[in-house]
Amino acid sequence: MTVTKELDTDIQELERVTIRFAGDSGDGMQLTGTQFTRTAAVFGNDISTLPDYPAEIRAPAGSLPGVSGFQISFSSSDIHTPGDQPDVLVAMNPAALKTNVGDLPPGGALIVNSDAFTQQNLSKAAYTSNPLTDGSLKPFTLFEVPISTLNTSSLEGLGMTSKQMDLTKNFFALGLMFWLYERSMDPTTTWIDDKFSARPVIAEANKRALKAGYAFGETTEAFHTHYRVRPAKLNPGTYRNITGNEATALGFLAASRLADRPLFYGSYPITPASEILHQLSGYKTFGVKTFQAEDEIAAIGAAIGASYGGALALTASSGPGIALKSEAMGLAVMVELPLVIVDVQRAGPSTGMPTKNEQADLLQVMFGRNGDSPMPVVAPATPSECFDLAIEASRIALKYMTPVTYLSDAFLATGSEPWRIPPLSDLAGIGVSNATDPETFRPYMRDPDTLARPWAIPGTPGLEHRIGGLEKADVIGNVSYDPDNHHRMQTLRAAKVAGIATDISPLEVYGPATGDLLILGWGSTYGAIRSAVERLTADGKSVAHAHLRHLNPFPANTEAVLRSYRRVLIPEVNLGQLLLLVRARYLIDAIGYDRVRGKPFRIAEILDEAERVLAEGRS
Amino acid sequence: MTDTNGHATTPIPTQPPLSAENETVIQLTRKDFVSDQEVRWCPGCGDYSILAQTQKVMPDFGYPRENIVFISGIGCSGRLPYYMNTYGFHSIHGRAPTLATGLKAARPDLMVWVITGDGDALSIGGNHVIHSMRRNVDINLVMFNNRIYGLTKGQASPTSEFGKRTKSTPMGSVDTPIMPLTIALAAEASFVARSVDTHTEHLQGTLERAGRHAGSSFVEVLQNCNIFNDGAWRDFTDREVREDRMLFLEHGKPMIFGKDRDRGIRLDGLHPEVVTIGESGVTEADLLVHDEQADEPYLALMLSRMFWPTFPVPVGVLRAVARPTHDRLIEDQIAAAVAKSGVGDLEATLHGGETWTVE
Repeated sequence: MTVTKELDTDIQELERVTIRFAGDSGDGMQLTGTQFTRTAAVFGNDISTLPDYPAEIRAPAGSLPGVSGFQISFSSSDIHTPGDQPDVLVAMNPAALKTNVGDLPPGGALIVNSDAFTQQNLSKAAYTSNPLTDGSLKPFTLFEVPISTLNTSSLEGLGMTSKQMDLTKNFFALGLMFWLYERSMDPTTTWIDDKFSARPVIAEANKRALKAGYAFGETTEAFHTHYRVRPAKLNPGTYRNITGNEATALGFLAASRLADRPLFYGSYPITPASEILHQLSGYKTFGVKTFQAEDEIAAIGAAIGASYGGALALTASSGPGIALKSEAMGLAVMVELPLVIVDVQRAGPSTGMPTKNEQADLLQVMFGRNGDSPMPVVAPATPSECFDLAIEASRIALKYMTPVTYLSDAFLATGSEPWRIPPLSDLAGIGVSNATDPETFRPYMRDPDTLARPWAIPGTPGLEHRIGGLEKADVIGNVSYDPDNHHRMQTLRAAKVAGIATDISPLEVYGPATGDLLILGWGSTYGAIRSAVERLTADGKSVAHAHLRHLNPFPANTEAVLRSYRRVLIPEVNLGQLLLLVRARYLIDAIGYDRVRGKPFRIAEILDEAERVLAEGRS
Repeated sequence: MTDTNGHATTPIPTQPPLSAENETVIQLTRKDFVSDQEVRWCPGCGDYSILAQTQKVMPDFGYPRENIVFISGIGCSGRLPYYMNTYGFHSIHGRAPTLATGLKAARPDLMVWVITGDGDALSIGGNHVIHSMRRNVDINLVMFNNRIYGLTKGQASPTSEFGKRTKSTPMGSVDTPIMPLTIALAAEASFVARSVDTHTEHLQGTLERAGRHAGSSFVEVLQNCNIFNDGAWRDFTDREVREDRMLFLEHGKPMIFGKDRDRGIRLDGLHPEVVTIGESGVTEADLLVHDEQADEPYLALMLSRMFWPTFPVPVGVLRAVARPTHDRLIEDQIAAAVAKSGVGDLEATLHGGETWTVE
């Protein structure tokens, strides 16, 4: 915690605080974290969050695999990551303590539910002695709070079972944290009233638990200080807190409006992409049609069918589902219909670690199809940027008559930050036209500028034609096995995608335009890289940051940017995929840095690696 | 209209797809549906007849050509869309029903046909056939069944006989064949029928009924591959024997067959049996009466299991019931949402949840 000013004995002002809530996956830690996040966001802090939960819906209670965590960093200044380490760890049971205490720095505040430290729970967490009494927690500022007991006594008279009462203890913990960080309980109270309007007893119990936790902080002698984190100075505008998946869904909804095309979404449930389906299925008043398919292949097949019919068509999945969609993605390349394929990446290969983060599908979406099968690829860098890139992916798909892959990941999808809501008037329209003239229509006649073929949708008189996965004759579109035609069509498909390079934003650089080191990133590594580069430049180091949003094609100035620095470092949550592309494409001896732990990079990791590379450059 | 399982409780009214007024305006003929592409099936292939009957019945529906789409998968059948002068999409193996589902959901105004084969529909694409049927997607799926993989030159298919010797099964297939119509019924298809490539009038009539049915139509066409499985159905489809070995189903009529119209199907407990009218006191009144509109498909399921040589092979419409179509249900939900909350407001949706303003 960075202490900026001591006001009095009771209140300390801090610039930034990182809290991690950890408990059993049945303890409601995600809800607790989300509520704290909303409160901090509405208060005006800059925020960044990292939910970390197991794939098991309810792993055995009290077990180590069943621990669910939610980290939130909130600040009075601009922040880019959910924090390397928590300042405060709230551990609801021994298992949560065991799996999380390693991240807590010495001196960090540790709040535990002491009631949960029973012999049974200790052995489930494989503790041989009680950490609350064996001295192993000495490095930390330990607060033992009998949360379960205190909470239960606050609920007397409501006629609830002990199990029901236990389910509300997360609100006690939340109330305590609200007191500790001077937060209003109002947003959460309103939320409870709304959520449990049909169950007044549960609503009352949750509110009592919340207030009891708050009151405990206020009255107990254990916490003699509480903390203040002032609102951040964000750019003027209206803000809301948003996760990447929410922003993705809203982005495609907006794109549908901007292109004046109905949105069709074909999808099969998969972690961590399912929220996009949930969200879009709620937009029926916009005429959005969502289709929960029988499998991943049907999901993309239906999207291709809808695109053929004139809709803005979309499918989403994660790596394993993208593998299943590959053949149909190739069909979309061949028939040159607009389509967006969202890949919310997770740790692989195979089923991998479904709820954990990774950015290792880049080469899969670039090359994971039979034949030369060029496809544009875009990747948002932050949760709020998911909105912009969803529109950008739609724009490219519609303008160039091509499938486009949109690479999000688990960290972006579930993490959140404040999003400055753009005024609708700031969003550029997406011009789309359909072929209508039978005299001039040829199914594979290309626009000379974009090389896009015309979009002739069924229902248009006189344009009856046939398309399909077989190679097409240039211009006329009949099936063709002509060798020269095939070569020409392969070249045209590649040239069409390559040509997009001049129609996208150039690669921007943060920091000096030339120098010792450029850190090049893509996707959700943005926050960690930017934070590291801010610190390095503050230290007077000659380091810059560039972040690719377009991975195929690369922006036209990419090579010029890369060649402006003595070294190029590419940190990725994979074993060097962008690195491979950059080296192959530009013959630049870039240096890779990989950490595939199912978690986002820490700022310190990037910082250390950059220092190492800089030192290497000097020697 | 339907019970809680979505099963039909009332028979389907046969509706022309367009108003009578429009139907008189659109006067197309078979030739209007012939594309400029050279047909490239093997000489003598049963597909020629299926194509010709399809082209013949198209004008009857009253749809303008541009509102008709043929979607196919991979296999010899997959070529058919190229030969239809309508919109056409030759997709990938087994996935035609998925494209059709998305297209029909996005564009309820279109008439969508799915052309497939026994391998395409029941092997690689089995899942999609099942789910398009249970959703009652308003498509007409025509499955060419020749009991062989023709385009890949002669391997066993999911409808090949047990023990069938093919290039891939030199000692005979060890796989039990599946019954396409039983699959369609189990998948809750609202229209299930069978016809034969060479029975041109019957095939036309069947395709016409399928085209007029609102909802999923599954039509199995027994088709001859004269190169890799010649004579697959000859034992009962040949002109000389067909009356004695096939059962031509008619709704509301007793199940009578035979050149002399003297044999029929009677129920013996839970099993069908072939009986001769006039023998052992059997009269027409003892025979099963066909009911394609029955709420539960018990009768249709039984018919779907009957096959030569134990039974005459039933052809015609096994089942035709009314059920809300997939595209209609989607449109209804959208209409209900709009009726309740008004047309979506993008500005308001972007500002959903809690917001705060920074000056």
